[in-house]
Order: sequence, then C-alpha cells, then structure tokens
Amino acid sequence: MVKFDRFSLSNGLRVLVHRDETTPMAVVNVMYDVGARDEDPSKTGFAHLFEHLMFGGSVNIPDYDEPLQMAGGENNAYTTNDLTNYYIQIPAENLETAFWLESDRMLSLAFSKKSLDVQRKVVCEEFKEHYINKPYGNAWHEMRRLAYKVHPYQWMTIGKELRHIEEATLEDVKSFFFKHYRPVNAILVLAGNVDSDRVLALAEKWFGGIPSGEKYIRNIPQEPEQQEERKLELRADVPLDAFYRTYHMGARMSDVYYAQDLLSEILSGGGSSRLFQALVKEKQLFSNIDCFHFGSVEPGLFTIQGKLVQGVAMEVAEKAIDEQLNILLQDGISAEELEKVKNKTESLIAFEDMSVMNRANSLAFYELMGEPNRMNEELDRYQAVSANELMEAAHHLLRPSNANTIHYLKN
Amino acid sequence: MLNRKEAPAIIHTSSLPLHLKPCNKSTLHNNVPVYDVMGGTQEVVQVEWVFRAGNLFESKNGVAAAVSHLLKNGTSTLNAFQINEKLEFFGAYLNRACYNETAVVTLSCLSKHLPVLLPLIRELLTDASFPEEELQIYQQNAQQKLLVNLQKCDFVANRLIDTYVYGFEHPYGKYLSAEDYAHLQRSDLVEFYQKYFQNGHCTIFAAGLLPESTSIVPLLNQYFGDLPLNKNEMNFVWPAPSRAQEHKYSIVNDPNGVQGAIRLATPMIGRKHPDFQKCLVLNNLFGGFFGSRLMSNIREDKGYTYGIYSYIQNHLSQDTAWMIATEAGRTVCDATLREVYFEMNALCEDLVEDEELQLVRNYMMGSILGDLDGPFHIIARWKNIILNELNESYFYESMDTIRSVSPEDLRNMAQKYLQPSSFYELVVV
Repeated sequence: MVKFDRFSLSNGLRVLVHRDETTPMAVVNVMYDVGARDEDPSKTGFAHLFEHLMFGGSVNIPDYDEPLQMAGGENNAYTTNDLTNYYIQIPAENLETAFWLESDRMLSLAFSKKSLDVQRKVVCEEFKEHYINKPYGNAWHEMRRLAYKVHPYQWMTIGKELRHIEEATLEDVKSFFFKHYRPVNAILVLAGNVDSDRVLALAEKWFGGIPSGEKYIRNIPQEPEQQEERKLELRADVPLDAFYRTYHMGARMSDVYYAQDLLSEILSGGGSSRLFQALVKEKQLFSNIDCFHFGSVEPGLFTIQGKLVQGVAMEVAEKAIDEQLNILLQDGISAEELEKVKNKTESLIAFEDMSVMNRANSLAFYELMGEPNRMNEELDRYQAVSANELMEAAHHLLRPSNANTIHYLKN
Repeated sequence: MLNRKEAPAIIHTSSLPLHLKPCNKSTLHNNVPVYDVMGGTQEVVQVEWVFRAGNLFESKNGVAAAVSHLLKNGTSTLNAFQINEKLEFFGAYLNRACYNETAVVTLSCLSKHLPVLLPLIRELLTDASFPEEELQIYQQNAQQKLLVNLQKCDFVANRLIDTYVYGFEHPYGKYLSAEDYAHLQRSDLVEFYQKYFQNGHCTIFAAGLLPESTSIVPLLNQYFGDLPLNKNEMNFVWPAPSRAQEHKYSIVNDPNGVQGAIRLATPMIGRKHPDFQKCLVLNNLFGGFFGSRLMSNIREDKGYTYGIYSYIQNHLSQDTAWMIATEAGRTVCDATLREVYFEMNALCEDLVEDEELQLVRNYMMGSILGDLDGPFHIIARWKNIILNELNESYFYESMDTIRSVSPEDLRNMAQKYLQPSSFYELVVV
C-alpha cells in the first residue's frame, strides 16, 4: 500500500507526497503532460529533443547539472509517446536544491542557441546509435507506420527522420515550452524521507509564483478501427529473418487492458509460456520469441516478435504462430495457467515497488491519468480477471483484421 | 522576493556520516558461508548462490557459460518446461550468470514462496541433467544471437579491446565463436557441473524481508547444509596476461556504418593496490558520471556522441584495465579520440580546482548513499567486499579517500595511470 498526500497550488500544479522514512534519500519527480503524440507530424522527435534542452540551463541558473551534483544528487529523464518525466534522487538534507532547480526550469528555460546546436547533434547520434546503426533498427518505425494511419503513435519518440531534428529552431523550442511546460500541465511528486508540511511550504515558495499557463487540451485524431489485415515485407542486410506482428489493444486505463496484459504473459512471459515452449523449444522454428506491449495511454500495440531459426521459411514460422493462437482461442486457458500469470504479476508489482523512485514515478503517472488511487488497486484489477474475460479479450484482440505483420527478410 | 539566482544552502554530502549496514555471517553444516541482510519494506527475498565456476575453470571455450545457462533445463525428474512452470507459478525469477571467476544463481521471489522454492533449487544444484536436446537448442540459439551481435560495432569492439589487454588465452580476453558453441558436448558440461557445482565451492548471499516466524539460515541449512560443497579450498589461479604489441586498431565491420565504436584501454592495478581508491575518484572526474570531463567536453560541448564513459573493470584478480567507451559519429571519431587524449593530458598536467573536486566528492557520496538503499543494494555491496576478500574497513577507507584525496594525489594518479601512450586504441565502424 503506497500512502500519499495530495494537494494543488493555486497555479494548478498538482503535488503528491509519499513518505518513506527507511531511506536517507528524497526523490523529486516532475512529469509533464506531453509526449511524441503531441507533435506536429512535420516536426517529429521534438518532445524528446526538448527533454535534452531542459538540461541546457534555465532563466536564472546557467547550469542545471552542476549544482545538483554538488548537492549529491543524480537525475535523469525520459520521453515516451505519451509523456515526459524528469526525476532526481538527492540526499534528503539537500531537498531544497531540487526545488530550486526544477522550479526555475519550469519558470523559463534560458533558450540557449549553443545548447540547441549541441543537443541536436547529440540526439542525432542517439538516433544513429539505436535505429540506424543496429540490425533491425528500422523495424519499429515501419511497424508504427503500418499500424497507425491517423494517430500520432505512427512515429517513434526519437522522430520519423534525422532531418526533423536537424531542422528544429529556437522559435519551435520557445513555443513548445510555453505551450506544454506550464504548472497547469505538470505533476510534482515528492517521495522518500520527506514530510508533507515541509514539502507544501517548499512547493509554495519555489513553484507557487510561476504563472499557471493554459491547460493544454489534447485534440488527437483517433485511429479508426482497422478493417483488414495489413502486411509488409522488408529486406535488409541482416543475418536472420525476423517476424513482427501487432494487434491494436486497449488503452492503459481501460478494463480490457488487464486481461490483455495477462494474455501477453501467457503467450511469452517466460520459459513455461506458450509461444516459447511450442516454437522455440518443441518445434524449434524461432531462436527467440517475445510478446509484449508498451502500456500506452491510448490504444496501443500488442506485439509478437521473434527471429527465425536459419533455414526455416517465413510462411512455416507464421503458420506455427497462428496455430498456437488458434489453439488458445479454441481450447481456452486452464485455471492454473491463469493463476500462474496472476502470481507473476503480483511478484512483479512487489519488486517494482521496492524502489522509491519507481513508486514516485508510478504515482505521477496515475495522477496524470486522473486516478492516483489506482496505484494501490492495480493488483486487485489483475486478480479480478476471470478466464472468461481473458478469453473474450483474446478473441477480440487476435482477429486477423486487427493484425499488422512485417516479414523482415535478410538479403 | 525570492532570489532564484542564489542556490539554497546545502550540506556537503561528503561530510555526512555514512554507514554500511552490517551483514550477518553464518556457516552451514558443510561450511558453506552465508551472508545475509534481512529487512526492507516489501515482502520479497533474494538468494544468490555464488559458485567458483566461471570461465577461468573451463578447459574448453564456452563450457562454463553453457552449464550456467542450462542449469534449469532438466533434472532426472523434471524437464525444462516443468522447472520453468514451477518457478513461474510462484512468480519467481531464477537468473543464472557466468562471469570470469564465478557463476551466480539468483532466486528472487515473494518471501511467502521461498520455502516451497528452495527444494527445487536444491534439485537444480544437485541433479541437473543437461539433456542433449536442450544443449542442441542452446547451441543453435546462441549461434544465432552471436550472428546478430556481430553486426553491431559496439559488440565487436567490446570483444576485441579485451584481447589486446589480456590476450586471447586469458579468461578476461577470450570470447566465443560460432565454432566454440558447435564443439560443446554434453559430457563437457556434465564433467564441469560435477566438479564445480555438485562438488564445488559455494558462498550464499541472502537479502529481503522474511515473515517473523522464519529465519533464513535454518532454511538454507535444511536444503543445502548437507551437500558435498566446500570440501577443499579452491583458489583462483589466473594466467599472466599476454598484451598485444600493436596499440592502435581501426576496423571496418560494416561499410555502411554511420557510427564508430571507440574503446581505449590500459592495463590497470587491482582493488588491493594502495592507489586504487584514489583512482576511483580520478575516474569519476575523468569519465565516471554525467558531469565528468569526457561527458562535458565530448557530448555536452561538441555533440559528438550520445554518451561517453570511463570505468575501471571490476575484476577479482589484480589484473584489470582502465577503459573508455563511446559510440561517436563516423566522421568525428578522430576528433573524439583527440579530445579523450586532451582530457587525459589535462589531468596529468593541471591540478583540479577545489570546486570541481568538491562536486565529485559530493556526487560520489550521494550516489553511494542512494545505492545503500534497501537490503538488495546493501547485500550487493557486501558481496563485492567479500568476493574480493576485503573487509568492512575497505568500505570506510574508500569513503575516507573520497573525502580527503587531494588535487595533487589525483594528478599523481593521472601521471601514473592515464598516460596516453599506454592505451590501446580501437575504432570499429
């Protein structure tokens, strides 16, 4: 049970406090309600590039990292298709340093040209390192384009192409900041060795005077229901053929999400899962096979992907996957199998919640979803999924007309 | 009026008292040592069995790693599927990892399930059967994974740089080829398992929060206290490294590559050398964290790379290496190398300013403080101390070094260990 206090400042900044006195550290987590889905299709990768610029100095503080490190703190950040999150771990004695730094960059960035010039290059190297200079590095760019025709989930957070990052201007940076990085679009979570009264006083002191900004109203085109199966064949200089398939799944907070999440565990969540046992161990058609999703806030992609054993024909491999899915759909799952994946989920949540940082991050996420209490209800939601519900979800999910398949073939 | 230009007062982290929570040491009936740190906020537990069964002990390339990987792929009564199903039914994770000196089996689970899982672990450690078919699947899939990895410049660079420093015959320098995997035989695995697991040398580390009615040592004694382990002292005997003559290498692995994996390495003293702890501070200053000289210059000023780090390899022997690693744009690899040497020379020539050194001290202490959070992290610290045959005072000495090392000390260390001419240099595109 993660306990927390919650309050709002008059400028709309939401503040949550989770106390854990067993640690000497404090965690400061600032989540902004903006991700790659909020980007202009001709300026993709911007939310992530912007995350880099948040470390390039703010209006009153030329350097963000130095004073934090001087106070014994560490920090990092990430951007997803849905949101952007910044987090600090710092000895509790020096908590105020984090307030000072985070509030100043929420007040305003320095908008330094040098920082933009350098970070454009850094992000281009990140793009190359992960998506150009790696075998299969383009597979997910292609999959997103195949699966989403309308919704901005059709591009990755790194962006569609290097050019979009190279062309970003200081004007873009400014307007993005004042549109999205306002108190009214942000959530501040304090966790660890902190107490609510002191946090409230510090939050008022450092964040209270920041102009609230305008609430960002998201107006994203929704992906129409897919009507027929889509297929794509790619060829590249890769050593092995690879198979990628996605199905459109439920949004993170939807009821069906929990059944679908358990389903992914049943299919490939370990050495006793169905696809692994049948296709890697028994039939030996794949050298590895994974089933996963990204927990996307809006309807996401339920994914099956794997690399084929050399010499196995793609058609044979694909047929074998379909066969396993059909067995599941026809025969259903046993009570024991369902209990197994629920137990795994219970364990996963317990391990995740060991870290104060994870707890802070989760709290911010559920607050962003408008339901902070949900953090303590997740396990019950998984426990409540019945075999019938799970099978219903599977039937709806695994329809051929809902499938996007890429055959990634070696040259 | 709030003055935002002025930083709030801080307490220098380096002045904070820092305590390493003690760990209990016990001995099972068969002399297997057990170290435990119990406590925490979540009812989870982790038990690690550390065997002296790393690749140092193998007489054929790849045997140690294969044994470690296939430990849970069959016993005389259970097949791989049944073993996995048992583990997963209780939401447990069983990781196996093979290093140079040790092979580590780690069980992580909810505390309430520990008593039902330990008999299974006993079975794996006493009765693993290494079925032919499991070995064959392992060989095939490991070869395929290798094929994919060999296309990656960073993977290729990581393998090669170690061979320059230690030689291919040394456990730290060797790596596996597709042929090595193909040549593995079941009898190799069985023999290694008998010698280094069934009749091997083991140390157990446990951490987590158990119900009050349960204590860890009696439980471990029940399932592991009668095994024929730790009969003889087994000491590590490392071969002498055989260093490469040539110092500079440039390799084109992928003609279309857009980045180069850059590695620089120089032979380095081990943990027990009196200079080692000072060098750890110097390493932080040089390339050990985001605010380091290398990162500030090569990423944050020039934008040549997404990240650049230096580190001292954590080897149990006193033979180790100081390493610098980055992936940089293909056209700026030479410029990146120039800047790395520039930073080395600066450390050799100039004294670090007090403020920068204070920052490094505070950062390191803050990082250690954060790292001692919770029983799993604390036992990891202890494990490192114990496997390196050090003691608690080593931890406190290293804290003292962080607090007290002087700019002159650091320059001396740089002059001694960061000589550009002693580095092996490799770029793989």
